Amino acid sequence: MAVLDQTAPASALRWRNWRWSLAWIALLLVAIALISLPSLAPWAIDYPKQWIIPLAAELKALMKWVVKNFSIVTRAIASMLQLPLDLALGLLAKGFTIGNGAEALHLPRLSWLGLVVAFTLLGRLLGGGRIALIACICFSYIALFGQWDSAMLTLASIAICVPFAVLLGLGFGILAYHSPKFDTYAIRPMLDLMQTVPAFAYLVPVLLLFGFGPVSAMIATIIFAMPPMVRATALALRQVPEDIQDFASMAGCTRRQRLWRVMIPTARPLLMVGVNQVIMMTLNMVIIASMIGAGGLGYDVLLALRSLDIGRALEAGLAIVALAIALDRLSQAAADQGPLDPTAPARRHRYALVALAVLIVTTLGGLVWPWLASLPKDMTLTTGPIWSEMIAWINVNFFDAIDATRTWLLLHLLNPVKQFLLKTPWIVLVAALGLLGLYLGGIRRKQGWHLAILAMLLFAFSAVVGLWEKAMITVYLCGISAIFACLIGIPLGVLGGRRALANRILGIVVDTLQTLPSFVYLIPVVMLFRVGDVTAMIAIVFFAVAPAIRYTSHGIRQVPAHLTEAATAMGCTRRQLLWRVQLPLALPEILLGINQTILLALSMLVITALVGTRDLGQEVYIALTKADPGRGIVAGLAIAFIGITADRLMSAWARRLRQGMGLAAAETGAANH
Amino acid sequence: MSKLRLAGAAGIVASVLSLAVFSTSVLPQRAMAAVPESTDTIKIALFDWTGVNLNATILSKILKAQGYNVELVTSDYLASINTGLRTGDLTVGVEYWDTTAKEAMADADASGQTENLGKLGPRAKEEWWFPEYMKEKCPGLPNWEALKDPKCAEAFSTPETAPKGRYLGGPVTWGGFDDERVEALGLPFEVVHAGTDAAMFAELESAYQRKAPIILWIYSPHWAPAKFKGEWVQFPEYTKECYEDPKWGINPDATYDCGKPHGEIWKYGWAGMKDKWPEAYKITKNFTMDTDELDAMIGEIDLDKKSIDEVADAWVAKHQADIKKWAE
Repeated sequence: MAVLDQTAPASALRWRNWRWSLAWIALLLVAIALISLPSLAPWAIDYPKQWIIPLAAELKALMKWVVKNFSIVTRAIASMLQLPLDLALGLLAKGFTIGNGAEALHLPRLSWLGLVVAFTLLGRLLGGGRIALIACICFSYIALFGQWDSAMLTLASIAICVPFAVLLGLGFGILAYHSPKFDTYAIRPMLDLMQTVPAFAYLVPVLLLFGFGPVSAMIATIIFAMPPMVRATALALRQVPEDIQDFASMAGCTRRQRLWRVMIPTARPLLMVGVNQVIMMTLNMVIIASMIGAGGLGYDVLLALRSLDIGRALEAGLAIVALAIALDRLSQAAADQGPLDPTAPARRHRYALVALAVLIVTTLGGLVWPWLASLPKDMTLTTGPIWSEMIAWINVNFFDAIDATRTWLLLHLLNPVKQFLLKTPWIVLVAALGLLGLYLGGIRRKQGWHLAILAMLLFAFSAVVGLWEKAMITVYLCGISAIFACLIGIPLGVLGGRRALANRILGIVVDTLQTLPSFVYLIPVVMLFRVGDVTAMIAIVFFAVAPAIRYTSHGIRQVPAHLTEAATAMGCTRRQLLWRVQLPLALPEILLGINQTILLALSMLVITALVGTRDLGQEVYIALTKADPGRGIVAGLAIAFIGITADRLMSAWARRLRQGMGLAAAETGAANH
Repeated sequence: MSKLRLAGAAGIVASVLSLAVFSTSVLPQRAMAAVPESTDTIKIALFDWTGVNLNATILSKILKAQGYNVELVTSDYLASINTGLRTGDLTVGVEYWDTTAKEAMADADASGQTENLGKLGPRAKEEWWFPEYMKEKCPGLPNWEALKDPKCAEAFSTPETAPKGRYLGGPVTWGGFDDERVEALGLPFEVVHAGTDAAMFAELESAYQRKAPIILWIYSPHWAPAKFKGEWVQFPEYTKECYEDPKWGINPDATYDCGKPHGEIWKYGWAGMKDKWPEAYKITKNFTMDTDELDAMIGEIDLDKKSIDEVADAWVAKHQADIKKWAE
């Protein structure tokens, strides 16, 4: 922290730091006084029960009123969405049944072989041989490991969710671009909430409004997956160079033509990044959506774990990963394509014709040869038993060591931190956050005061609605997990940033960690670490380590080559290069990674509630099973507010560091280069 | 040019719409017969344990054979009776246990939007359970008083609970009053709640592999009592008074000084089912399942890895006479 303001004279700097220390010590003294004299101000230690605002009950009543008066509208929307979904389900998964009961006529779905070929061709068209191979391997895995039926259910709902999420996101993004005020006061807060309120929290309202079944799962997925598209659209439109816009106006475009014919095509690469993110987020929702009627791979994972069939759960989970990797690479390849390619249409048509022909031939062939319609069971593979036996072997041979580690972590790290947060008076913690906000945001700047007030208000929300204890357990569990994730992720990211091979391996690991449903590894972890906080922590670390790796590695790699070359020329050792040049320059990116790690850790909370934690995630989960919309939303908001507070504080910190290191100048210099 | 494109787009939209309309409304009328009073789809809920999914699949096969359109919809256990069955998004749920869904069923009954369709047959049992090898370390079992012995409790302890024993309870959403039970009976145990039953049985599997101490909440019908050798702890028999009147039982100052209630498993339906599909309603009401048969079938699915479809088909083939009786 000593390098904050290099222009200030040393004595002034010392005085300023001294003042901050005084403030912190004062706060500590207040805390000690409050604890040692509990009768002094009991309301400041534990938030008084009679001050709690019963927000959940009021929200529940409001929801009841909304459901009563608007369910005609929402049900109409649901039945409208049902049509394309049924079409996609029929084509990919179920076939079409015409007529009733036993005498019904059944039209077949598309053949698995035809689809594997079609996706391979698509890969070849978009990205050449390598992408074709990846698509082929991924879809063949799904077919050969007997996951085809469920995977196609999942794919069908993705095929409908993604276009809706993309179109809605595009719409809101354009709106945000046109009206900055609307953006600041409506869209951005909304996006922040959409990305931090756990999906479980709005499942109940969605169920009540749109009914039980795949459509509700779809709507929840769209809400969850849309934000990156909105952000990408607004950003992409803002980045379209002025001269292109001017040129469009000079050429006589109307406003609408300028937007759709000029700006959107120019912004296409970044827009496609948004689409790619939407696809990945949609796949993230697979498990949660399966709990409210989407079926598919997520449901298979849940069911397999209920009967402790770890191998089967892993295979279904890996099918989700395979689907994610195939769709990710295909959409990235589509994004990388140049916007204008004169030979493209003819080539596209040729590929489309071939794919269509293969699909028709194999599907019709399926009527004669059943193995073309669905792969027979004895032709599929399974590695299931191996995995269960492996876990059993580890369990029998290494449990004592594992259990010793678990006990040590619990007794010496987790429990003390938990007790500290629970015992500290609530008002002291809220004040500490305010102080931190002022410190990071700058006490002389208006933003600093805004930040401090925002942090205090958002944090106090949990106390006001009576969820303080659960909120503190949340902070403790996510905080420790995020620290572990960073300790593991940042060094790995540095390794990936400096060595190409490590980077490639880490890329696969990160992709898998982010799309493999966490439930798959949660159960083996329970077998080895028992039910409780340590298991939850390990699961959170697994999931949240990904952005720490990804952003660090990206940050290191994007340090301009001329800077590293200059440093080497000046005689820096590799170690000096890392500590003096690469890490400082990558710091903003690394901080962004830490920020994302914290947000991901919070988003895992609901999952960890499934292994018996007592945090806000559990509150959301209880609300879901009791179908209490008010309770779920309040707990969800409490989680969101913790996330937003962390996000704002981290951003302020990043800005402060950047200023302190004079990095703003270095960055513009690099950009100009 | 753009007009042409517009016309093309309109054509595509029109054909998609007509296909959709064709497949949803026009065609089913052709096959309209007397038995399916409505061709609308009957939706049967699937939850996340094997027994209920087997029963739902069997019922769907019976109704399909009668000519109904039936769909199995995956949903959440308690959320289904709290929302889906009330709004008619779900038509039937085949397993609601007295032991875990009592409150939700009472709410549903009060709402008048659902209908209790009678007992499924098997009786739900849930209680503290321990593997057989633990009898060596705690010889007084299965009598609950053995658990009061500090040595016995220590045998069930882990470092963070020692010297108290560690009892693995069900998810908090299941209720069960184990914290109260431990208090009322003066057991030197700490209750740890699992978040889901998958986590609970993962711990059991892990402990059983190592022959390590464990005592936990188990329910039946379930595959676990079939796969693992063990016994239920015998608490003082449950009565209604035990849960309501402190004076009852061993501890005169506390309720819950007894075991857990056993209970029925109920079928529930959407209140509108009776009028919309009278015949299907009758069959669903009459549909019952034998406990031993259900246990055996759950074992075939979870332990022998047969598919639910296969096992359900076998059951339907074997019980044609019963099905005929139910439909009369």
